[in-house]
Amino acid sequence: MRRDTRRTGVFTRRALLLMGGQTALLAGLGVRLYQVQVAEAARYRTLSDENRISARMIAPPRGRILDRFGVVLAGSRINWRAVLVAEQTNDVDATLDGFSQIVPLADHERSRIVHEVHRHRRFIPVMVREFLTWDEMARIEVNAPDLPGIVVDVGTTRMYPLGEQLAHVVGYVAPPTEEDVADDPLLSLPGIRIGRAGVEKYHDMALRGRAGSVQLEVNALGRVIRELDREEGEQGDEVGLTIDAGLQQAVLGHLGTESASAVVLDCRNGEVMAMATTPSFDPSLFNSGVPQAQWAEWSADKRGPLINKATHGLYAPGSTFKMAVALAALEARTLSPSDRINCPGYLDLGDARFHCWRKDGHGSLDLHGGLKNSCDVFFYETARRTGIDRIAAMANRLGLGTELEIDLPTQRTGLIPTREWRIAQGHPWNLGDTIVSGIGQGYIQVTPLQLATYVARVATGRAIHPHFTRRLAGEAQPGDEALDWPLMHVAERSLAQVRQGMWAVVNEPGGTAPLAKLADPRWQLAGKTGSAQVRRVSREQRENTNFDSSKLPWEFRPHALFVAYAPYDAPRYAASVVVEHGNAGAAMAGPIARDIMTDVLQRDPAGRTEPPAQQVAEKTG
Amino acid sequence: MMDRRLLREPSFGLTSKLLQISWLYVLLLCALAGVGYTALYSAAGGSPEPYAGRHVMRFAAGLVLLIGFALVDIRVIQKLAWPAYGICFALLAAVARYGHVGKGAQRWIEVGGLQLQPSELMKIALVLALASWFHRASWERIGNPLFLIPPAIAVLAPVGLILKEPNLGTAMIVAVLGAAMFFAAGVRWWKFALVALPVPLVARFAYAHLHDYQRARIDTFLDPQSDPLGAGYNIIQSKIALGSGGMWGKGFLQGTQGHLDFLPEKQTDFIFTMIGEEFGLVGGLAVMALLALIVLGGMLIALRCRNQFGRLVALGISANFFLYVFVNIAMVMGAIPVGGVPLPLVSHGGSAMITVMVGFGVLMSVHVHRDVEFSTADEHR
Repeated sequence: MRRDTRRTGVFTRRALLLMGGQTALLAGLGVRLYQVQVAEAARYRTLSDENRISARMIAPPRGRILDRFGVVLAGSRINWRAVLVAEQTNDVDATLDGFSQIVPLADHERSRIVHEVHRHRRFIPVMVREFLTWDEMARIEVNAPDLPGIVVDVGTTRMYPLGEQLAHVVGYVAPPTEEDVADDPLLSLPGIRIGRAGVEKYHDMALRGRAGSVQLEVNALGRVIRELDREEGEQGDEVGLTIDAGLQQAVLGHLGTESASAVVLDCRNGEVMAMATTPSFDPSLFNSGVPQAQWAEWSADKRGPLINKATHGLYAPGSTFKMAVALAALEARTLSPSDRINCPGYLDLGDARFHCWRKDGHGSLDLHGGLKNSCDVFFYETARRTGIDRIAAMANRLGLGTELEIDLPTQRTGLIPTREWRIAQGHPWNLGDTIVSGIGQGYIQVTPLQLATYVARVATGRAIHPHFTRRLAGEAQPGDEALDWPLMHVAERSLAQVRQGMWAVVNEPGGTAPLAKLADPRWQLAGKTGSAQVRRVSREQRENTNFDSSKLPWEFRPHALFVAYAPYDAPRYAASVVVEHGNAGAAMAGPIARDIMTDVLQRDPAGRTEPPAQQVAEKTG
Repeated sequence: MMDRRLLREPSFGLTSKLLQISWLYVLLLCALAGVGYTALYSAAGGSPEPYAGRHVMRFAAGLVLLIGFALVDIRVIQKLAWPAYGICFALLAAVARYGHVGKGAQRWIEVGGLQLQPSELMKIALVLALASWFHRASWERIGNPLFLIPPAIAVLAPVGLILKEPNLGTAMIVAVLGAAMFFAAGVRWWKFALVALPVPLVARFAYAHLHDYQRARIDTFLDPQSDPLGAGYNIIQSKIALGSGGMWGKGFLQGTQGHLDFLPEKQTDFIFTMIGEEFGLVGGLAVMALLALIVLGGMLIALRCRNQFGRLVALGISANFFLYVFVNIAMVMGAIPVGGVPLPLVSHGGSAMITVMVGFGVLMSVHVHRDVEFSTADEHR
C-alpha cells in the first residue's frame, strides 16, 4: 500500500501540474483574444469595413453649354439602355435571340455580349444596347416576360440640339482613354464622357462636375446586399457662351454649301457672336463611336469637315492685309496721307516686274485711293519704303500671325514673316519678299479669326482678343467691357485714314466692293476685299487676256476673302469671311459679308439681353 | 471468480447511481451546447435551419448516451478497454484502405448510415487502454523502460495511421494525449526529455516528406500574410472578424464577416470567431471560462477518484477535451496552424458530438464509481 500511496501522490501532483498548465494556456489564449479584439480592434474593424463596404461612384450629369441667350447648345438627354443580367436567365442565347427579334443585334455585338457575360460574375449587368428609341424601349418592356435577364435602365448621354451648326465651337465628348482614367477615377465610370474638342474640351474640368458616391454592402463574392449610404453628385458647371445661336444659324445659311468660314465679333469687347465653318459634322457621333464608313468619308472630303477653319485654316490674307501695311507706313512716317504714288500697272525691281491687278494701272493715287482701288503697286511701293520688320510688327499688334488669347483648346498661329525668321530658315531676305508681303501674299498666313480680330482692332483701336465664355457657373467672365481692353497706341489719325479707305471700298463709286454696300440706309459698312492665290500665276496666264481663274480646277482657284465692320460711324460688329477657292473676294465673299452684317445689325445680339422676338428659325421656316 | 469479487464491492442500485451523477457538470455541458445553438442560429442567418435545430437533436441523443455510459460499471469499462482499442484500431486501418475522401483526406467511414471518424473514437479508446495498462502497474514497473514499450506502441501505431490519412492536427493531438497519460501515470521526466530531444530533427525530416497542403498550412501559420487569397485567407478573415467585434461585439446576428460569407467554415471550425465577432471579447472570454470549468471539473473528478484506472481515464478525457478546445481557439486566432479541429459541443457536426458525449459518459461513470475498489490481485500483477 505504501507504493500505491506513492503512485497516488505522484498522480495528484502531476494532475495539479496539468491543471495549472491548462489554465495557463487558456489564460494565454484569453490574452491573445484581448490583443486581437481590443488592442488591435481599430485596425481589424477598418479591415472588416473594407471587406464589406464597397464605395461606388455615381456619374454626375455633365454641365450644360448655353448660348448668350440661354439656348441649349450641349445638354443631356435620356439614354435608354438594355442590359443583360445572366443569372436571371437559364439560357443567355435564347434571351438574345428574343431580343434580336425586337432590336436586331449584329454578329459582332452578340459575340461581345456573350464574351462579357462569360468574363464577369453572373449577377454583373452586361450592356446589350445603348441609345434605344422610345419605341424599342417600349417593345422590350412589353415583351419582358419572354426576355428573362434583360433589364432596361436609364442613363444620360450628351446631346447637341443644334448638331452640326456649332460643332467646331462647342466641340464634342467621347469615351475616355485608359490614360485619362488614370488621371481621374471618375472617368472609370461606365457611360462617362470626356471633352475632346472645342468648349467641351477647354472647360472640361468645370463641365465634369463632382461625382456622387453610393456605399454598398457586398458579400465575399461582390454581390450587393444593400445600400448603406448615398451621396448624390453635383452636376457640372453651366457654361454660357458669347455665341448667338440664331445668328450662327443665319451665318451658316449665308455660307451655303461653300467650303468657307465666317467669324462675327463684337468689335468693342471681342465677344464672338458667331463662328461658322462649312462643311461641318455631327458632334454626337463621337459620343457613341464614329462608324468606320464615316471616318472614310471625312478623310476623303477635300473640304476638311472636321477642321475648324476659323481657328485652324491658314490663308494668305491677300489685299485684306493692305490696312496693316498702310498703318505700319503711317506710324513709321514712311507714308503721309497726302503722299501720292503713281501706278503704271507694274513695279520694276531689278529684273523682276511686279504687276498690279489692273494691267493698265491706276495712275496717281493717295492712300485713300490706294485702299479704295486696292491698288497693288501703291502697296508694293509702301511696303518697299516701310520694310518688312515694321510691317510685321504692326501686323502682330493688330492680331495677325500671333497667338490670340482665346478660350478654345487649340489654334493655329499663322505666320507674318520677318527678316530674322527667313534667316533662321537659312535664306536671305529679298526685297521682292517685302514687295509681295505688301499685298498680303508670299509667306504670310493668317486665320479667319485673326482677320476678324484685326478688323475689330482697326475699328476700335483697342487690342481686343476674341473670346467665347460669357458666364461660367453663373459668374460673368471679365472682358465684356470695352475698357477691359488696352489701347493699341496706334495714332487715331492713322486709324481714321485707314477706316475712311475701307469705307470708300464699299460706299464710294469706283470702290472694289460695291456689292457689299448695305441696303439699309441706317448703317454703313466699311470693308476690304481680298483674293489669295493658292499658286503662282504664270506669265502665260497673265498675258492671256482671256485668262479666267474661275475656269481653273476648284482646288487651284484663289480663296475669296472679305473683312468688314459696321456701323462705320460707331463700330459695333466686325466680321471676316473666307470662301475657300471662292475666286474673287469682291464677288464671292463681299455679298456674304454684307448679308451677315445686315443680319447681325438687325438682331443686334450684343445690344440686348433677350433674344430678338422673331427667331431666325421661324423666319426661314 | 470475477462474479464473486464484484459481489464483495459495495453495490448500489440504479436510482442511487443516477443520484451520484454530477448534474452540475451536466448543466455545464448543456450551457455549452446552448452557446453552440446560439452561434449556429446566427451562422444560419438567424434561423434554426440548417444547423441549430439538428445541433439540439444531436445533443439530446448525446445526453442519453452520456447517462447510459455513466451507469455502466467502471470495472466493466476497464475490462472492455483493450477490446475497444482493438476495434478502433481496426476501424482506423479500414479508413486508411476504404475510407471516404473528404476535403483531401481519408477520415470518414460509414457504419450503419452513421459517418464515423475513427480517429475521434480512437482518442477515447486510447485513454481507456493506457489507463487500463497503467492501472495494473506498480510504481517499480512504471520505472522499468521495457514496461513502457507496449503502451508506447499503442500510442504511436494509431498516430502513424492518422498521419497517413493525412490528418496532421489529430495525429499531434493523439500523441500529446498519450504523453499526458504517460505523465500522469508517473513516468519520469527525463524519459520524456529523451523522447522529445530528437523531435526537431525528426520534424525537419518529416517536413520534407509532408504533403504540399500540410506544408502550406505550416508556412501559412508562420506568415499568414504571405498568401492572403489562398491558405492565409481563413486566418486573416477570422482575425478581422474577431478584431472587428471589439470589446462588446457587433451584437447577436449583427456580425458582418460571418453573414457576408467572408468567414469560411463559420458553422464548424470557425464557430468561435462567429461568437467573438457578435459578442466581443466579453462573450469570447465567457465561453472560454465555461470551457475551462468543464476541463477543470473533469480534472477534479480525476483527483476525487479513488482508483488508479478512474483517475487516469478522467484525466485523459479532460485532457482530450482541453486539447480540442485549445487547438480550435488557438487556430481561429492564428496562434497555431489551421487544422480542421472543431470546438466540441459548439461546432456543427454529428460525429464529433457523439464521440465527445461518449467520452463525457465515461468520465461520469468514473465519477459515479469513484469509490469502487478493483481487486488487489488484479492490480499488482
